[in-house]
Amino acid sequence: MAGLATSLGSGAMTNSIAEISGASTIFAIGTNTTQAHPVLALQAKKAAREGANLIVANPKEIDLCRHATIHLQHRPGTDVALVMGMIKVIVDAGLADMDFISSRCENYDGFVDSLKEFDLATAEKITGVPGELISKAAKMYAGEGPSSILYCMGITQHCHGTDNVWSLSNLALVTGNIGKASAGVNPLRGQNNVQGSCDMGALPDVYPGYQKVAKAENKQKFEAAWGVSLSDKEGLTHSEIFDDIHDGEITALYLIGENPYLSEANANHAIESMNRLDFLVVQDIFLTETAELADVVLPASSFAEKDGTFSNTERRIQRVRKAIDSPGEAKPDWRIVADIAAEMGAEGFDFEDEAQIMAEISSLTPSYGGITYERIEDVGLQWPCPTQDHPGTPTLHTEKFGTPSGKARFMPLSFRDSAELPDEEYPFLLTTDRSLFHYHTGSMTRRVDGLEQLDSEEFLKINPKDAASLGLEDNEMVQIASRRGQTQAKTKVTKICPPGLVSMTFHFAESPTNVLTSPALDPVAKIPETKVCAVKLEKA
Amino acid sequence: MSKVTITIDGLQISADQGMTVLEAAQANGLYIPNLCNHPDLKPAGLCRVCVVKMDDWKIAISCKQPVKDGMVISTEDPEVQQIRKNTVELIVADHPMTCLTCEADGKCELQRVAHYVGITPEGLNRYRRKVRAIPIDRSNPFFDVDHSKCILCGICVRTCDELQNINAIDYAQRGVASFISTLGAKPIADSRCESCGECVVRCPVAALAPKGAQEPMREVKSICAYCGVGCGVMLGVRGQKVVSVQGDRDNPVNKGSLCVKGRFGYKFINHPERLKTPLIKKNGKLEEATWDEALELVADKFSKSKGDKFAALASARITNEDNYLIQKFTRAVMGTNNIDHCARL
Repeated sequence: MAGLATSLGSGAMTNSIAEISGASTIFAIGTNTTQAHPVLALQAKKAAREGANLIVANPKEIDLCRHATIHLQHRPGTDVALVMGMIKVIVDAGLADMDFISSRCENYDGFVDSLKEFDLATAEKITGVPGELISKAAKMYAGEGPSSILYCMGITQHCHGTDNVWSLSNLALVTGNIGKASAGVNPLRGQNNVQGSCDMGALPDVYPGYQKVAKAENKQKFEAAWGVSLSDKEGLTHSEIFDDIHDGEITALYLIGENPYLSEANANHAIESMNRLDFLVVQDIFLTETAELADVVLPASSFAEKDGTFSNTERRIQRVRKAIDSPGEAKPDWRIVADIAAEMGAEGFDFEDEAQIMAEISSLTPSYGGITYERIEDVGLQWPCPTQDHPGTPTLHTEKFGTPSGKARFMPLSFRDSAELPDEEYPFLLTTDRSLFHYHTGSMTRRVDGLEQLDSEEFLKINPKDAASLGLEDNEMVQIASRRGQTQAKTKVTKICPPGLVSMTFHFAESPTNVLTSPALDPVAKIPETKVCAVKLEKA
Repeated sequence: MSKVTITIDGLQISADQGMTVLEAAQANGLYIPNLCNHPDLKPAGLCRVCVVKMDDWKIAISCKQPVKDGMVISTEDPEVQQIRKNTVELIVADHPMTCLTCEADGKCELQRVAHYVGITPEGLNRYRRKVRAIPIDRSNPFFDVDHSKCILCGICVRTCDELQNINAIDYAQRGVASFISTLGAKPIADSRCESCGECVVRCPVAALAPKGAQEPMREVKSICAYCGVGCGVMLGVRGQKVVSVQGDRDNPVNKGSLCVKGRFGYKFINHPERLKTPLIKKNGKLEEATWDEALELVADKFSKSKGDKFAALASARITNEDNYLIQKFTRAVMGTNNIDHCARL
């Protein structure tokens, strides 16, 4: 998100879900779309069926490959080399859209210099993908537009995730595949309201609507609106918060609807940190593994028990409606927060209902300025929607980009290795993915009997050659260890994984995958590298 | 789109060029009995129930026949009636007569067609055969496959192919032995079926029926709480319980489609393990407490932790309004920008 914000001026999906099926070429990289975003994947499959090119770039032979024109099976963590290699092919073949570049972009010359590093032979060497296939994919993407890029955590959860994202914005810019229908750079957001949480300023460096904390005029605006004085110091990100807790700097944590016990990379560190807190409040709908560590647990309403809005991956703000009462004394999260604020004597939290909160949101958040519950009663609107008569924005950047100059910025890149690669002691590369049948740490889906029946335990996916070399059979318990921790799971011997690569989900508390994963952070986005770490395997 | 005028049973109706006769009739609120047609799918022309007479001489399949300006259609011509009746009698011949206890009772397309065509006991007995004895496939936790009720309309096969591109099922064998099968006739749970249930919601009979389904007393329009796609859902409610989820066909994001989690993964909502009261840790154990106790304790501790000693982690699962208030609380009351959420995980 931070990556696209720098290069394009907005970190969200540039285009809409309905536009995907109109693309002539779809480039899906680092997204296991049919498993993690099944209904959106229908659009990509439909397009492929109707003759569009579908280029899938993924280290594993994921289900989407069945529908693909080309599968680029690059080594994990080599996305920059793959994409920059493609861009070099495009530029060398004269397929760059020079009109678009000169009228809408900046820093092209500096960027072209950085392409020297990525000749086809080098790209092939780093990625393991035959050069001719890289070249074919590049020419397809550039020559048969409109071309739409879809990506997900396979791009971002790396210590160079921001570079990965920039390589993709470079690719779209060099071919002019942005700012028009069925093109664009489209990060698929994983959780129901992750887009909205970001929009609402549940981030350490921005107020609602991505208004920078560091800018004095923003601080003054919110101080005036809220009638308080605010800190001018940017806050800490998720992983940094756990580090500061570990170091004793942060002593109280208010944790809402999240289960870092299972989801945090290098989970043992997070658990140890939470145990050091003076005061931990967990607010959730179930007593999660994390909630058991808490000093106080507050019972919250589920989505079926409250009104409000979610903002989906295509920036569409949609109404969530109360269907039933909350169980027992559980309350909507906002009411609990308002009650705590009132108990502390704070003003500005006496909202009567959700619509009143939305009124305050739209008064302070320019991109939500035109949003009212009346307007989204039937169909949600896509931000930016600055005024009451604005129809919403299905496609971003059609006239100008959201950067200060209004132009998109090419980002020169060089290739960097993942922080931890296999070696003699830890010879396998572990990557993480998700199951169609479960969601995140499973606190919801593992309580649905049918889903649990369809997918009840963790499996370590491993190539038949690797399994044979270790004397492992299918469905056999195996011990998986990294430099940070160890866990066990049964094997699933499958050619989905190429030799040397093993893969696990992180849905199952019995096999907590994130005790293994690497906490190496991307320096800009501060995302941990959960897609690449080194492990060793032993029969358990 | 250019318009044409056709006549159906003496009524002049307007239709779009390119429509089929059946589509034109349906667009004008006219019923032509049919079984294998579904508005989301390409016409298949399999069941032969939608036959009509065209321009006074030719028998046509209305789901396949494109409209032409000036076309004259009869749905009540004696020959049409005879063909239609025969066809329906053949379909019903080996169908179980267990309507009252059937999942599809009251919304069954076969009931509707049989009633419309006018099936008599004599007509039924003419072709009566034994109900097909294929065991019910109960392997999927969310729906059963009862081949004895299947009318081989192929809507499930085409849904899995045309809409889902999964192709978990197809026709197997030929003639009277035909049935809908997974690859190698394995139980559906062992096939490549992704349990999205799109075939189940389109099955015109109860060959595919949700397990333990309850008709909701009312439906509430909302948004799915799983991934970021944001599919529109209709939450079916009885009392204080969510008993079903349907895709919202008016939502522009999913137009009614749902995945397995969205359609069937709702039982966590009324799960007995839901937290119902605040809990406070006393002597190392979490014990039930009142809201007053909990709020007082939290307010006291938070008051002593203002500034950068405090951090809040909001959630990507909760609403915009919830998130807005949490960040406002962190910034305005606790005096720190230490606010983040799980976007990066």
